Amino acid sequence: MKFSLSWLKDHLDTQASVDEITETLTRIGLEVESVEDKAKDLAPFTVAHVVSAEKHPNADKLRVCMVDTGKETLQVVCGAPNAHAGMKGVFAHAGTKIPGTGLDLKKSSIRGVESNGMLCSEREMGLSQEHDGIIELPEDAPVGAPFAEIMGLDDPVIEINLTPNRPDCAGVRGVARDLAAAGVGHFIADKPAKIIPRFNNAVAIGLHFDAGTENACPVFAGRYIRGVKNGPSPAWLQQRLKAVGLRPISALVDITNLLSLDRARPLHVYDADKIKGEVQARLAKAGEKLLALDGKTYELDVEMCVIADGSGAIGLGGVMGGESTGVTEATVNVFVESAMFDPLRTGRTGRLLGINSDARYRFERGVDPEYVLPGLEFATKLAMEFCGGEPSDITLAGRVPDSKRELAFDSTLIEKLTGLKLHDAEAFGILAKLGFNIVVGRRVTIPSWRPDIHGVTDLVEEVVRIAGLDRVPSTPLPRLTSVPQPVLTPMQKRVRAAKRTLAARGLMEAMTWSFVSKEQAALFGGVPEALLLANPISADLDAMRPSVLPGLLAAAQRNAARGLKDVPLFEVGPQFTGPDPGEQLTAATGIRIGSGPRHWSHAGWSADVFQARADVMAILEAAGFSPETAQVSSDAPAWYHPGRSGALRLGPKNVLASFGELHPRVLAAYDLTGPVAAFEVMLDTLPAPKARAAKTKPRLELSEFQAVERDFAFVLEAKVAAAEVVKAAQSVDRILIESVAVFDVYEGTGVEPGQKSLAISVRLQPRDRTLTDSEIEAVSSKIVGAVAKATGAKLRT
Amino acid sequence: MQELEQLERDVLARVAAAADEAALDAVRVEALGKKGSISEALKTLGAMTPEERKTKGPLLNGMRDRVTAAIAERKAALGQSTLDQKLKTERVDVTLPVRPEPVGRIHPVSQVLDEATAIFADMGFAIAEGPDIETDDYNFTKLNIPPEHPARQMHDTFYLKPKPDGTRHLLRTHTSPVQVRTMLTQKPPIRIVVPGRVYRIDSDQTHTPMFHQIEGLVIDETSHMGHLKWVLEEFCRAFFELPSVEMRFRPSHFPFTEPSAEVDIRCDRSGGDVKLGQGNDWLEILGCGMVHPKVIEMCGHDPAKYQGFAWGMGLDRLAMLKYGAPDLRAFFDADLRWLKHYGFAALDVPSLAGGLSR
Repeated sequence: MKFSLSWLKDHLDTQASVDEITETLTRIGLEVESVEDKAKDLAPFTVAHVVSAEKHPNADKLRVCMVDTGKETLQVVCGAPNAHAGMKGVFAHAGTKIPGTGLDLKKSSIRGVESNGMLCSEREMGLSQEHDGIIELPEDAPVGAPFAEIMGLDDPVIEINLTPNRPDCAGVRGVARDLAAAGVGHFIADKPAKIIPRFNNAVAIGLHFDAGTENACPVFAGRYIRGVKNGPSPAWLQQRLKAVGLRPISALVDITNLLSLDRARPLHVYDADKIKGEVQARLAKAGEKLLALDGKTYELDVEMCVIADGSGAIGLGGVMGGESTGVTEATVNVFVESAMFDPLRTGRTGRLLGINSDARYRFERGVDPEYVLPGLEFATKLAMEFCGGEPSDITLAGRVPDSKRELAFDSTLIEKLTGLKLHDAEAFGILAKLGFNIVVGRRVTIPSWRPDIHGVTDLVEEVVRIAGLDRVPSTPLPRLTSVPQPVLTPMQKRVRAAKRTLAARGLMEAMTWSFVSKEQAALFGGVPEALLLANPISADLDAMRPSVLPGLLAAAQRNAARGLKDVPLFEVGPQFTGPDPGEQLTAATGIRIGSGPRHWSHAGWSADVFQARADVMAILEAAGFSPETAQVSSDAPAWYHPGRSGALRLGPKNVLASFGELHPRVLAAYDLTGPVAAFEVMLDTLPAPKARAAKTKPRLELSEFQAVERDFAFVLEAKVAAAEVVKAAQSVDRILIESVAVFDVYEGTGVEPGQKSLAISVRLQPRDRTLTDSEIEAVSSKIVGAVAKATGAKLRT
Repeated sequence: MQELEQLERDVLARVAAAADEAALDAVRVEALGKKGSISEALKTLGAMTPEERKTKGPLLNGMRDRVTAAIAERKAALGQSTLDQKLKTERVDVTLPVRPEPVGRIHPVSQVLDEATAIFADMGFAIAEGPDIETDDYNFTKLNIPPEHPARQMHDTFYLKPKPDGTRHLLRTHTSPVQVRTMLTQKPPIRIVVPGRVYRIDSDQTHTPMFHQIEGLVIDETSHMGHLKWVLEEFCRAFFELPSVEMRFRPSHFPFTEPSAEVDIRCDRSGGDVKLGQGNDWLEILGCGMVHPKVIEMCGHDPAKYQGFAWGMGLDRLAMLKYGAPDLRAFFDADLRWLKHYGFAALDVPSLAGGLSR
């Protein structure tokens, strides 16, 4: 919403400065987006008289001018072909910043002749692209006067960012009313006088709506004005429209634009001679088309409200008029429409057809129903003033909707809701200035132009907004407890622990989109149709991700393209299991690619399944879960390398994590060369840590007797899992055997094909006495026996 | 006597001359070994008269002790020099780079969330979270944005494909549905902040189709706009780690709050980048207001009894403002160079006691 200062002053009697006005606008909720004040930019430019203009002694195309600035006479070298003695031009002193070039003008010597300023072209002034010559001002322009002033450019243009709840301020008059309420001047009341009709309107108006759709256009007022002479509108009106970025068209059209911008009352004018029969408001027929005033043909649907005549649709109600009945310079008889259109329907029509008109902007926010007739009278008055002609009476179809509403306002609510204590006099005074009527018993009637006011909290907002939110006292929120209680849930703590743990292990935290392409999703188990977006931002972001891996792999691909081959990335975020709210898991997912930075002390190593498993175990540990209690199985999802991946699970159903090297098929899709170690930990599936009342740790039992370590090397079938051997050894004596560790695995020379050698170290920790040799021997042979029984392993000899 | 003195001088001279430990040991054997010269001399004691032994004994024993001590001393000296020699050969180039240690990073959004959590937890706010996929009802209707309301156009919403029964879920356009979920399941007093991913159809330097919000909600019987102001002022002061932050509350409009306000923070844009807490410019950082009575009612509470406030701001934007990352898109690009530069060390856990940042 744009308007100029002088325009505002039509409705507001004020001495306030532009700064004061704009600050107030922002303060009361009409946020100022920009202020364009040409007078400020053009302040250094003044009217000057060119006393003489002689040819430059050293240049054919330059002239040496003596310029009277009103204060002094200065020598200026000028290259413009139209510079001549006696003319009035626009002068800039040395030191002035030239808006068109952005450069500071310097005093200089041009081909040996001193120049003390510049006579400017329109382009140099930043006014247009015109640069064929310098600006030539009228002869009577007073020397020394500010250029902006004599050109009428000294009217600052203010643009406000209007919130959708304020249709009244879509007209300058509404803005003025708000400013007056805020104490910036006085609101100038005016009520358009009724025009005395000269004849009866012969154009019939019909509202043709099925029951239930009447609110599409509840009222339509029309007037015929005959014998007009349409031409350009007066200069003041043209200037006003131009100032806010509108192109003047003709007096009749400009009047409708003026009312739209000034009174938030969109109107439409028809060339009455082009209307065939009754003017009707109705819903469009299926397949109906309209050539609109913007020159485009629109295909309409049956929910759109049109204005029609015997020829079909001649306008889109509340959105845009039609070409066939538009007024032209040749129009002699004009039919003026002032109607109401349903905000929702108008918004929908504009949205579907992609039309953003000034009319739609206002109708979809809500137009003042009580101004249907005054608006029409005002437009008639202006039309007769600019174009002559004789007015008919007004034909009114339908009824002006009843907008009278009343609220009981308990003013103590202001303090209760905002903490701001105001006297009733001030509170009700503000409401009165905003156009509310205060009736006895603290009842308040709502002005017809404020469809946004529904309840008492709206009234509180009105009062506080005008009184000033800066007056609301900052008030400490009482503490609930002296020392704050912990607030994080176990899951929130888990997420934080996982992130910090992974970062500590050298991984970089990424955040990637929650959506990936369907094709990428398919590599990771795919998503059902219901997890596809109906309106994705692009085709490669159309599926809710079933895993975080595709986003990380795409990131790895981007990094590889930048020459970064070692990619340690992780993300803790959502992945989606179904289309309903809550069908998502929080996964801690990571990838490691490459061998780490090369170093002089050791050869590189590749990211592998064991590193991924170590990451998983670190996360579990950090989340307060003991990873030893989970089983490791070798059945990771299909996107992992089938022989180099595994899962960590609690029972057959509850998978806590998958880890391993990724499948070459997946890597190929991302142009990545492996191996890529990856892991996915489902943080939600971890059992909750047991809540313990006491924070004491269990007593530490240290044995004072010597521990003994014994190594065993077995030969067994290569396919037997190391974990089986460890488990069997451990099972021999869970108290005496403190730990079992695998310290060597070997296949190759010296071991038969299909077999491997696996060495374990067993640590025995007696609790009550030192072990004797024979006791150690006894345990050792039990271990050998147990491992042999469980795995078929033989002690290596 | 003179023979003995001569013998001792000889032995001591050879001890001193021993060039290495092997030579020294040879001297030791020659002197003190079973057949050694001093050992032989000592053996003569047995054949002496008690008187002779009385005078010769101490002489011979003294000689043996002195030689033994000299050998030990020489041995230590030789050992030291051998070690010195050995150490000289073990020299390394200490300017070589150390073994690389993994350097991970926490994403700025996570870090800033932890910072905000530290502040709000101190004020007694719990952290509430909710699903990314939401119902139309929770994302809009229960927040006083009925179907066809123009305000729905303010949110460019991503929709999932309609389900067989015709219902159509969406990606939440703000974290506010968690307000609804919380109010529907909890009794006031409620104090929560809600961080999370939100989605809007938008993409340029300052807009991405996914970003993060953090919003707050207080519902009880007395909390008013003055409290809201205090909470936000205290938060901004603590979060931006400035002695004071000047804020401007501007009336605005949101369907779910009444009265509503937008909040600007004083800043200086004259230098090209934004400096907070000084200057003559204002920067909008959040929207807020008193929860609309209709929202309270639709979420199952009596608006005549309960009231409260809510606010919402961009978490990524807070990170950008505080730490100066200029391009929002980079937050989601996972460029390792960016993460290394703008990310945070794992152990830099923000706390109020230690300061939010280093």
